[in-house]
Amino acid sequence: MPTAIEIDVNGKLYPVHYHPETPLLYVLRDELGLTGSKYGCGEGQCGSCTVLLGGQPRRSCQIPVSAAVGKPVTTIEGLEKDGRLHPVQQAFIDAGAFQCAYCTPGMIMSSVGLLQSNPHPSSAEIVQFLQGNICRCGTQPRIVDAVQQAAKAMQERAR
Amino acid sequence: MTTMSNQSQNLVLEPERYEFSSGSIHHFELARREFFKLLGAGIAVFAIAKDSQAAQETAPSHGFHPQDLPSDISAWLHIGENGGVTAFCGKVEIGQNIRTSLAQTVADELRVPFESVRMVMGDTSLTPFDAGTFGSRTTPSMTPQLRRVASAARDLLIEVAAKEWNVAPESLKAANAKITDPASGRSLTYASLARGKTLAQNLPEQDPITPPPDWTIAGKPVPKVDARDFVTGRRQYTPDLHPAGMLYGKVLRPPSFGATLTSYDDTAAKSTIGVVVVRDGDFVAAAAPTEREASAALTAIRAQWKEDPPKTSSRDIFSYLKNNAETKSDDRHRKQKGSVEDVLAGAAHRLDATYTVAYIAHAPLEPRAALAEWSGEKLTVWTGSQRPFGVRGELADTLRIPESNVRVIVPDTGSAYGGKHTGDAAIEAARLARAAGRPVKVVWTREEEFTWAYFRPAGVIEVKSAIAPDGKLLAWDFHNYHSGSSGIETPYVVPNLRTEFHSVPLVLRSGSYRGLAATANHFARETHMDALAHSAKIDPLEFRLKNLEDARLRAVLEAAAKTFGWPRAKAADLGFGIAGGNEKGSYVATCAEIAVENNSGSVRVVRLVTAFECGAIVNPDGLRNQVIGANIQGLGGALFEAIEFENGRITNPRFSRYRVPRFRDLPEIEAVLLDRKDIAPAGAGETPIMAVAPAIGNAIFDATAKRLNNLPLIPNGLKRT
Repeated sequence: MPTAIEIDVNGKLYPVHYHPETPLLYVLRDELGLTGSKYGCGEGQCGSCTVLLGGQPRRSCQIPVSAAVGKPVTTIEGLEKDGRLHPVQQAFIDAGAFQCAYCTPGMIMSSVGLLQSNPHPSSAEIVQFLQGNICRCGTQPRIVDAVQQAAKAMQERAR
Repeated sequence: MTTMSNQSQNLVLEPERYEFSSGSIHHFELARREFFKLLGAGIAVFAIAKDSQAAQETAPSHGFHPQDLPSDISAWLHIGENGGVTAFCGKVEIGQNIRTSLAQTVADELRVPFESVRMVMGDTSLTPFDAGTFGSRTTPSMTPQLRRVASAARDLLIEVAAKEWNVAPESLKAANAKITDPASGRSLTYASLARGKTLAQNLPEQDPITPPPDWTIAGKPVPKVDARDFVTGRRQYTPDLHPAGMLYGKVLRPPSFGATLTSYDDTAAKSTIGVVVVRDGDFVAAAAPTEREASAALTAIRAQWKEDPPKTSSRDIFSYLKNNAETKSDDRHRKQKGSVEDVLAGAAHRLDATYTVAYIAHAPLEPRAALAEWSGEKLTVWTGSQRPFGVRGELADTLRIPESNVRVIVPDTGSAYGGKHTGDAAIEAARLARAAGRPVKVVWTREEEFTWAYFRPAGVIEVKSAIAPDGKLLAWDFHNYHSGSSGIETPYVVPNLRTEFHSVPLVLRSGSYRGLAATANHFARETHMDALAHSAKIDPLEFRLKNLEDARLRAVLEAAAKTFGWPRAKAADLGFGIAGGNEKGSYVATCAEIAVENNSGSVRVVRLVTAFECGAIVNPDGLRNQVIGANIQGLGGALFEAIEFENGRITNPRFSRYRVPRFRDLPEIEAVLLDRKDIAPAGAGETPIMAVAPAIGNAIFDATAKRLNNLPLIPNGLKRT
């Protein structure tokens, strides 16, 4: 058994006993019990497992847990603060931007990442940024709407 | 109030539902005394599926009768002492939003706030038997039953209040979770009426339900139930479940379809502490405390297989299907009138064509998954399935245990699209869990999902046709090989007609897919109608209307055309196409605009307008999501999705090699929803997908004069050979 490493997830330090080459997704889901991040493909093609690593949206199925040491990880469970939803989460509800909602955590994490680097994306920029996230139910138009609504709400909140 | 006709419960399964091996047996274990023990005191109403039995069971039983429930109950409802309403049905939530629309229905009919209704669904120990969530049947079959149950519960509450006040029940009113006596102004809440009682009643044979024009909660865009859980990651799908002591299961897959195990050595795999290996016939699987260890155990197993792959590949599948069709088609799947052959032989204006559709995969984002836990001889399985009761039967059969020892629970599932009718993952998890003596979870990898699930069957469709000089159809000869019979009937008026489904022994494991073969048959028919219109030099919409009497289909075609702006002038690199049809009681028409990039030859779908009518709309927001979603999913099968296989292996079993619609593929999409409050609601999960492919193909012809008769239309851009 390798020595435990520590990772920072949603502001909390967790010892990790899984093999350091284990993809971050499996550590989050299976060892830490944070199952909001989903397995969809295991090859970084669907975006269901997206988390923020050092503030950047990354596919957690493609990152060995050892690569997360020293970089803060934010998962879907870490967005809500004191019972208050992140504006992107609220916008997904308001826009009804889900059907089966299995892709939703990944969509939200990618969108949060987008809005951090580009607070006022055009719909073309949203489409471009979310190209790596699959929604099989076909809810993409509402997801684009939700991201735009969230951008507006964040702008108002910042004022 | 008027009584709306109750839909028949008889299921006729289409031939392309290849995955259904046999019918399920109705069983029901929960006795009434257990029911109240489980839910607490209150008022309960039970719906019996068959009206004849409902008649026998209708004797008003305003007391507690602890006999077993009859086996044909289809829904029930309980009003608790706190006024909370729990409605039970065996349907499952797979993203089609019925947890919300059914709760709306119950709240509407019972006259309670939407928030006070909770739906318990898809649990073989708690909910009545249900054949499955497929065929767009939830809205037409479950909605009226839940309404009748809620209506009966309302009558029961009125009766209790009338007794209490010693007034005539006819004088009392039910509204906002209260019974009110307008004469005296006094009222009692449902909660107070239910308090301390254990009243149970079966559904009366006739109980009027509220017609759509009088709906107050149904018909409104109520947001999805539990939305907050979905955006916070709290909602647990089957792969998210993790009881204490659980092991992760992995199955060793054969190298190709049809392979059998010839030699096997698991010595190395078994030597790791905590690893459980199972071999049962050709089934080889391992379970371990982590996914990584389970995978390592599989790698350590030495197995040899004798391969016997299908004698065809995705390159020559269509000639194979044609050559291997059963010589005589089943009478049930043949329809004939007039003299097709004579009219075709003598026709001045004749058009024949052959169409093909490829195998495609459902690719639900949540792969097949199951968690199995044994307690002595009793088995509980959580699994994302469209048929909890069917899976219970499969588990009982394969594990050779009585169905009464099996409970199947379906957590809300990460979509299915017709792909989750079989219990494969459930069986695998249960077999491993029995050997391990601990709970085992099996979650298929994406590659397993693309390979070992079942596919929408490929097919060949041959059409021969003749029209009169004025553009009226004279003869229509339509043959589907293998892909299925759904939507095979033409809605157009034609005096000489033959439609026929020809079965072919399975090549790849195949089964239901959203819309079944209606997508294939509509593609062939609506493409062919377009070709006929062009050959007769008649506008494609006008040509359809000329041959159409069905007012509902005419209405959606005209509504789509109006919103789209048909006909209109266009630039040279643009093309417009239209297609329509009806299936499962609902009507659809799609107009497509495409643009051809002259240098690359690639086609971009610019705009889709889909008009849809399914009777009275239960939830316009959920419906819009389904219609637009079906259009987007339909883009994949229309443009580029195709399963490739060779030597019994799927050669593109990954999202990096099997292209599904993504954000950049999206056109502008408009859904035009026609709300027919005079017609009982039909389902909407499937039909909106059907007209997408032919509308796009017809638009490509309009732009390029190239007629594409094969789905997918343009897997490699327009320059396909």
